[in-house]
Amino acid sequence: MVEQVRKLLEKKLESPEGLESLRQSILAKRDPRRTCISVCGGTACRASGAEAVVDAFLDEIERRELQVQVSLKETGCHGFCERGPLVVIEPDKIFYQQVKLEDVEEIIDQTIIAGKVVERLLYTDPVTKEKITYEPDVPFYKKQTRIIFSTNGTIDPTNIEDYIAVGGYAALAKALTGMKPQQIVDEIKQSGLRGRGGGGFPTGRKWQSCLEAKGKVKYVICNADEGDPGAYQDRSLLEGNPHSILEGMIIGARAIGAHQGYIYVRNEYPLAVRHARIAIEQAMDYGLLGKNILGSGFDFNITINKGGGAFVCGESSALMASLEGKVGEPKAKYVHMAEKGLWESPSLLNNVKTWANVPLIINKGADWFSKLGTAGSKGTMIFSLVGNITNTGLVEVPMGITLRDMIFDIGGGIPDGKKFKAVQTGGPSGGCIPEQFLDTPVDFDELTKLGSMMGSGGMIVMDEDTCMVDVARYFIEFLKGESCGKCTPCREGINRMSEILSNITRGKGSPEDLDTLQDLAEVLGAGALCALGQTAANPVLSTIRYFKDEYLAHINDRKCPAGVCRELVRFSIDPEKCQGCLRCIKECPTGAVTGEKKQPHTINQDMCISCGACYDVCKFQAVIKR
Amino acid sequence: MEVTLDFSKVKAIVEDYTEKVDSLIDSYADKKEQIISLLQDIQAEFNYLPQDVLVKISQKLDIPLSQVFSVATFFRAFSLKPRGRHVVTVCLGTACHVKGGQRLVDKVERDYGIKPGETTEDMRFTLEAVNCLGCCALGPVVVVDGKYESKMTLEKLDRVLKQYK
Repeated sequence: MVEQVRKLLEKKLESPEGLESLRQSILAKRDPRRTCISVCGGTACRASGAEAVVDAFLDEIERRELQVQVSLKETGCHGFCERGPLVVIEPDKIFYQQVKLEDVEEIIDQTIIAGKVVERLLYTDPVTKEKITYEPDVPFYKKQTRIIFSTNGTIDPTNIEDYIAVGGYAALAKALTGMKPQQIVDEIKQSGLRGRGGGGFPTGRKWQSCLEAKGKVKYVICNADEGDPGAYQDRSLLEGNPHSILEGMIIGARAIGAHQGYIYVRNEYPLAVRHARIAIEQAMDYGLLGKNILGSGFDFNITINKGGGAFVCGESSALMASLEGKVGEPKAKYVHMAEKGLWESPSLLNNVKTWANVPLIINKGADWFSKLGTAGSKGTMIFSLVGNITNTGLVEVPMGITLRDMIFDIGGGIPDGKKFKAVQTGGPSGGCIPEQFLDTPVDFDELTKLGSMMGSGGMIVMDEDTCMVDVARYFIEFLKGESCGKCTPCREGINRMSEILSNITRGKGSPEDLDTLQDLAEVLGAGALCALGQTAANPVLSTIRYFKDEYLAHINDRKCPAGVCRELVRFSIDPEKCQGCLRCIKECPTGAVTGEKKQPHTINQDMCISCGACYDVCKFQAVIKR
Repeated sequence: MEVTLDFSKVKAIVEDYTEKVDSLIDSYADKKEQIISLLQDIQAEFNYLPQDVLVKISQKLDIPLSQVFSVATFFRAFSLKPRGRHVVTVCLGTACHVKGGQRLVDKVERDYGIKPGETTEDMRFTLEAVNCLGCCALGPVVVVDGKYESKMTLEKLDRVLKQYK
């Protein structure tokens, strides 16, 4: 017991100099040339089997007594989730992808012991067919500018010393000792940082009003209730580099004079919760959180709150209501949350990515930050590039990169030789952008001009097989389920839109429907209380704007050109291609498909319910959709 | 068949239940604003929110029952009905949607006769549809009892679900 207390006291840093000397001693202990097997431990790689790979490496290292020569590290998400589980051999950064349990022994034999590269585990460039050995040379990474993601793939998120070794908490030390609160706020203002959660509100202005707001008690909140479907970068940051977010929050707390902070995180993100919790404990042990941080006399604590699975709680006033233990209903914001938020006290709420930018800006300066990006949108943005795209994963790029560069150069284009149709950004508040705007630079203002928005950085690519009316219906259904029901335009308006869209996708639409949808959109925009309702019509409006012909095909011709809307699609079997494998007969829920083994099967149209199960299971593309 | 009730066993079960509920609620005595976390803990323990527990929370923490109930019904994560032995969660986020997530829901509905939010009569499966699990690169995603199954197809779903009895 005494020993434990002594150790704890030893760890506790009492000054910025103490932090720096700890960093030096960590670096001195570590040999930068020592081989380290680093396995991506992000949720996606774990889902692909990364944990078993880690265990196998550990067993193998122990069995061969290689502990001295080689270490093993489970890092945060590397971003190239499509290719997981990912293994990178440091310090050379040899990049192995889709590593399986049975590959572990070979990697140890060949790479760790013999110093050779295992060719078959390397990534092959789909264009040049060239094998790529090192991580930074993979085209997916080459064209990115990783600043907030820069150490996600190299540090162990459960070890604070890893973060301190790469310069972590230096910005906090600077802010605590060398800067007055107003100077911190000025630095953020000058950097041009805008909120990364969706709205893009200038972060510095928010901080300024919170600094000026009157109130004895103030709060700092991290919004990690990442609800936009198709976006998972906040999860990845919180899992992979939780200390960077804590550091940002402590600096923010110092700037506005708060002593209590909250991280509101989705319950669906158990790993992020665990890592954030470990990070808070470690930061407390090291005197970076809690009382008298780094001997400066400043106190600050952080509590984690898990969300209850309501999309609307990503909205600041709903989130705060939920923190107070109430239902997550938004309030009218006549007074900003920065002045009267949580328990009626001034509250500074920022998104995970926004917080992660703060230490970088304090460390490297506003000038450095504002050199990245476009005139109105500074810095970088992390996008989750998902949907019908070859290289799915998380990419960090400077603001202003074109959609084309992102989708075709980094993302590797559309798989299976299909054609690009649209890209959806901004989640349910955003819109669908068609091919003719692929050369648009991506920033807050340009996306808004196109009828979409930046949102939380979700970027869902859709190919020619996607029905845009169905996409609009999907988002409206999503919002119908997530509307809190407090205000009438949202509760009723979205319901009506859902009815109309579902009629159209069933071939029961009429030409006036498009006008009614536009009218409803206007009412929602003007009358809804919070952004959920105000922007709810965006997916509908943007698809009507750019894909009107698809709506008309559904309404006038009772046809779904993409072959998605069930009730407008007929399935049949091409006897030339059918091999008679019985697979579709087994899967058909109504017994509509019949036939003998090795004989072409047929579909009885009277019994077919167009569920598409036969189409999905056919290995020979013999089922025709039209 | 003759059924004999061993009252000492029944009593032990009831006592164990009461003790668990009490200690969970008591641990939130000084932080009753964190009722959502408390409900999550209760649900993790009993797999749903039993009605008597909601009443007890209201009494012990001095929160109006109406507020406890409104929170318990507002958030999607909570269930007021007992759930099955295995919870099958199909992701219907945008990325999973464009890759056919809905067809997986349809399949479970066809094969097991349950819609999202429902439980099979034999309590084997509860089907849930969520709006995004944040695992978009591997869609369509299905999670069974917390285990992620990626790049799902109808046939793979068949194989996976058969493992859960």
